[in-house]
Amino acid sequence: MMTTVSSFIASTLRLATPTLIAALGIVFSERAGVVNIGTEGMMLMGALAGVMGSYYTGSALLGALIAMLTGCLFAMIFAFFTVSIKADQTVIGTGLNILASGLTITINRAVFGASTSPPKISTFGAVELPLLSRIPILGEAVFSQPLPVYIALLLVPLAQFVMMHCNVGLKVRAVGENPKACDTVGINVSKTRFLAVLYSGIMAGFAGAFVSMGQMTFFTENMIAGGGFIALAAVVFGNYTPLGVLISSLVFGASNAIMFRLQAASTGIPSQFALMLPYVITIAAICVVLRRSNRPASSAKPYIKE
Amino acid sequence: MEILQMHNVSKHFASVIANEKVNLSVEKGEVHALLGENGAGKSTLMNILYGLYTPSEGQIIYKGEEVHIDNPRQAIQKGIGMVHQHFMLIPALTAIENVVLGYKGNQAVLDLQAAAGRFKELAHSYKMDIDPWTRVEDLSVGEQQRLEILKALYRDAELLILDEPTAVLTPQEVDGLFDVIRRLTSEGKTIIFISHKLTEIMQICDRCTVLRSGRVVAHGLPISEIPDANKLAELMVGKDVELETITKSPQLGEVVLRVEGVNARNSRHLPALKNVSFDLREGEILGICGVDGNGQSELIRCITGLMPVESGKIEIDKHDVTHLKPKEILGHKVSHIPEDRLKMGMVAAMNLRENIILMDHDHAPFSDILGFLHWKKIDSYSRELCEKYQVRTPGINELAGNLSGGNQQKLVVGRELERKPHLLIAVHPSRGLDIGATKYIQQRIVEARDKGAAVLMVSTELDEIMELSDRILVIYEGEVMDIVKGHETDRKTLGLLMAGVRPENGHD
Amino acid sequence: MKKSILQKMGHQLNAVVFPLIAIFAALMVGSLVILLSSNSSPLAAYKALFTGAFGSPRAWEDSILKAIPFVFTALSYAIANRCGIINLGAEGQFEMGALAATIAAVSFPPLPAILHLPLTLIAGFLGGALFGLIPAILRVQFGASELITTIMLNYIASQLISYSVNGPIMDSASSSYPQSAHMPESASLTAIFPGSRIHWGLIILLVCVIFYYVFLWKTTRGYELRVVGLNSTAGEYAGMNIRRSILRSMFLAGGFAGLGGCIEIIAVQYRLMMTSFKVTYGFTGIAVALLGNNHPLGMLLSGLLFGGLQTGSLRMQTVTDASSSVVLVVQAVIILFIAGRLMFRIQHGRHLRHKTLNIPPKAMEERGAER
Repeated sequence: MMTTVSSFIASTLRLATPTLIAALGIVFSERAGVVNIGTEGMMLMGALAGVMGSYYTGSALLGALIAMLTGCLFAMIFAFFTVSIKADQTVIGTGLNILASGLTITINRAVFGASTSPPKISTFGAVELPLLSRIPILGEAVFSQPLPVYIALLLVPLAQFVMMHCNVGLKVRAVGENPKACDTVGINVSKTRFLAVLYSGIMAGFAGAFVSMGQMTFFTENMIAGGGFIALAAVVFGNYTPLGVLISSLVFGASNAIMFRLQAASTGIPSQFALMLPYVITIAAICVVLRRSNRPASSAKPYIKE
Repeated sequence: MEILQMHNVSKHFASVIANEKVNLSVEKGEVHALLGENGAGKSTLMNILYGLYTPSEGQIIYKGEEVHIDNPRQAIQKGIGMVHQHFMLIPALTAIENVVLGYKGNQAVLDLQAAAGRFKELAHSYKMDIDPWTRVEDLSVGEQQRLEILKALYRDAELLILDEPTAVLTPQEVDGLFDVIRRLTSEGKTIIFISHKLTEIMQICDRCTVLRSGRVVAHGLPISEIPDANKLAELMVGKDVELETITKSPQLGEVVLRVEGVNARNSRHLPALKNVSFDLREGEILGICGVDGNGQSELIRCITGLMPVESGKIEIDKHDVTHLKPKEILGHKVSHIPEDRLKMGMVAAMNLRENIILMDHDHAPFSDILGFLHWKKIDSYSRELCEKYQVRTPGINELAGNLSGGNQQKLVVGRELERKPHLLIAVHPSRGLDIGATKYIQQRIVEARDKGAAVLMVSTELDEIMELSDRILVIYEGEVMDIVKGHETDRKTLGLLMAGVRPENGHD
Repeated sequence: MKKSILQKMGHQLNAVVFPLIAIFAALMVGSLVILLSSNSSPLAAYKALFTGAFGSPRAWEDSILKAIPFVFTALSYAIANRCGIINLGAEGQFEMGALAATIAAVSFPPLPAILHLPLTLIAGFLGGALFGLIPAILRVQFGASELITTIMLNYIASQLISYSVNGPIMDSASSSYPQSAHMPESASLTAIFPGSRIHWGLIILLVCVIFYYVFLWKTTRGYELRVVGLNSTAGEYAGMNIRRSILRSMFLAGGFAGLGGCIEIIAVQYRLMMTSFKVTYGFTGIAVALLGNNHPLGMLLSGLLFGGLQTGSLRMQTVTDASSSVVLVVQAVIILFIAGRLMFRIQHGRHLRHKTLNIPPKAMEERGAER
């Protein structure tokens, strides 16, 4: 029983981490008024770039760094189109998702070959924290995780602080609400939004790297399977705050963990219905969002100076 | 000493000339009026000064040096502050967050406590106390304006541009604003006061520059040398203004609209209408007068079925319409000229003919029972309507968004009047229009009344209300303060009522 | 004078030249990818691509066959877009249409084709339409963004397919292989002309395209739908039922996609299986709609182009070692360029703003309001 509980918590945490990392990035771009529909594609690029980086450098950490750079590069395209030339965010995001799908398949086949077994790469193994990992139940559940899990958890309070108490956080929140007002007090709206998008891309790349190197040990085609959209939903469900995002990510992580349990246990429920669970929960979650939402007033609207 | 000189400043947009060789010189410590009709180019000129627009040509000399102001940040650094007509505040943030937003002295980690301390002190010294920790959306309009002024002062503004600052205030609040302006100038600050309200300019300003169609027609005129408001009006409009009052011939008929004890809540679930009751008869114009945001919009939305009525009853032509859908209410021969034509009255990205059938597309003669549109009939009707209502357009296939504001409003007014309404609801019918278009539209509305329509008109322009209304209903915080006869009242009485002061017993 | 010439030029540029520029740019980016990822020259690859797509009557036939489902999903995206809804769920609606049609086709006792075929088509339409209604209902009831719900529903749909072909509708004859039974003849669409593989689905598609045009521009309901898409507040003030328009548009959007899925199964693939939807029909449809400017004719043409890319890419992969997924890259870059042409519009001033048809309604509304 004890081990079931702790292993459930452990897998919840591990499964929540990609959503959490990506959502911690999206929360800033969303607050700045840009809906990063391209997150899915940035995660996918990150997943492949991480594996390739790890393959060539022999270090998962360096792989993740390369994934973050790739995500950033992709985000730059997204930001160029949506922020600089004010193209539609959904359409550009969709385009980037398709681009990522095509590029990753092509590159993966070119580099690793189509049918051979996955290459051996260095991945994120569990890091047991001294002392803490010996706490009963909790130790095994929380303090014996891959490094990115700790990083994600530490980033939550940091992101919350930056958003609510730092100058840059105030700017981000302001440009998403009323870009014109920001313009009149001398804030560069486009620059702020651009940087917020880049940050979300970096985090998406990191999240993707964790999928391919923390949860799996290889890259498969279209392996993100909606994870980017789930992260977007987590931000809505978490009411656009880093703390809220932590909670919603854990909910999604738990639903994934339950899904795996259901699949493993012979409950008689067809596995396909178990596999649907995270998506159903996501839909349910964004339907019950609070009425008084922190959704920025200028969300998804390009700012066009007169 | 001149603090600001603008020489031959021009601004051309794609096809429009907004400013043409404008000269402006402002002396330190004065209140300088920038006067002109809507669209005369006042705001454009000030947006150039504030760095929001780049001038096509011209020179700006500020404090004796030629300056190039490319963005608001530079303007702020030079000590120029601007309070925009539509406040540049962020409702979801607190007052102090709005104040420090973009402030160049900000550290990476904000010290809002210290900022609030400084802000409170500043506010107190101008007798404009505002709680720094309140969210802006919870502040009244007057408070928001004060916050805007304080925001500029917090940045050490020496030259303050006030763009139509009185548009949203009651006459009493205007007096308060003028006190603040006097206090500021006594400290050596300079004010540029943009307005088209002549009486206010006569009252508070020292000198005046008048713009007409983007050009200066009077440069730095001392107010003391101007005999009366008519002289200013003449300068502004360019021809003798007929201050004719439209004849009032109320041939009252049956009650068309009856509102009884209506209560309603706004989108934030706060009471927006409190026990509102009134009657409106055929052949009568009832003007609804009040400061913006006192329940006028909600009242109209309740009558037209766009917002639920919590309790009470609304009757049109003796039919209970309280809980009917907008479509059903429009079916009771109701026409609605909404407050914001671009948002509510038309589809900018559709052409004229598609806009003209907005309300009537789903019945004869524009469509048949099967639901097919009859474009031929729609086309000929559209052409007639454009001609009859003097809508100037290259053709009925032109997109409505490409028309000028005046022509857009004529289109909306024409469409609504051609529906031969029994009840005509007109909200800010002349907002943002020049005098010519304003007069035209007012005349059409009066005509409709003379033909027997009941007209409910909402306006924040006291002149318009007093000129057109047979009776005036004053609304304050969702309550009917009083209903007075149009010709038996004066500005002061209305002003007090608009501020929520009942003259008889003087409470509240 | 000068302006009107500029205006005309700009208009033409937007309507015809710009899509061509986008296609060219996309092919350039694609060639870069080929260059970096394979040992073939882009020229050779594109030659194979082109011959594969339009090099022979047979290739044309193939391309047209591939284009049919793309135009269906493009119609799906376009009609929702006209109402201001962004339907990223054509994928799932397509699959559900296929599933419903398959169920109707294989689970009835032998019926005459005159009954069975319409029944199957209707089932396909409704399968997609009802699935399309889900995000619409969630949006009007709870304000849930269709961007997320439609994507989530795509994944749910593919799980439902997987469940169905592994369980309830698994073909008993092929036992262990997860697929449905072969379509009975009474529920299949045949070739229009003997000797050709072009099937009656093409005619159904053309009827749908005409319906799309007539509905939107000649009927009151379609007019309302467009008003809601361009300015829903004005629609509300004019007494229109916004929710109903949204539901209607998504019902039709799902229906178009569902019909596409149905036809793909009963006229091309003949069996529903896990791999039936390897081609991302829904997302390709978005590209088709964008390139075709949400315009009926435009979508037919761009659908043919994408059908050609699809067919040609297979030949390209066999003849050279360039991956067929390069086509996805080409498709994506076309989307980026088409959506990014706003850049162009801003440079040419406001008179061009409204000239093109598929400016996203929200953005349009905002720009309208700014003036």
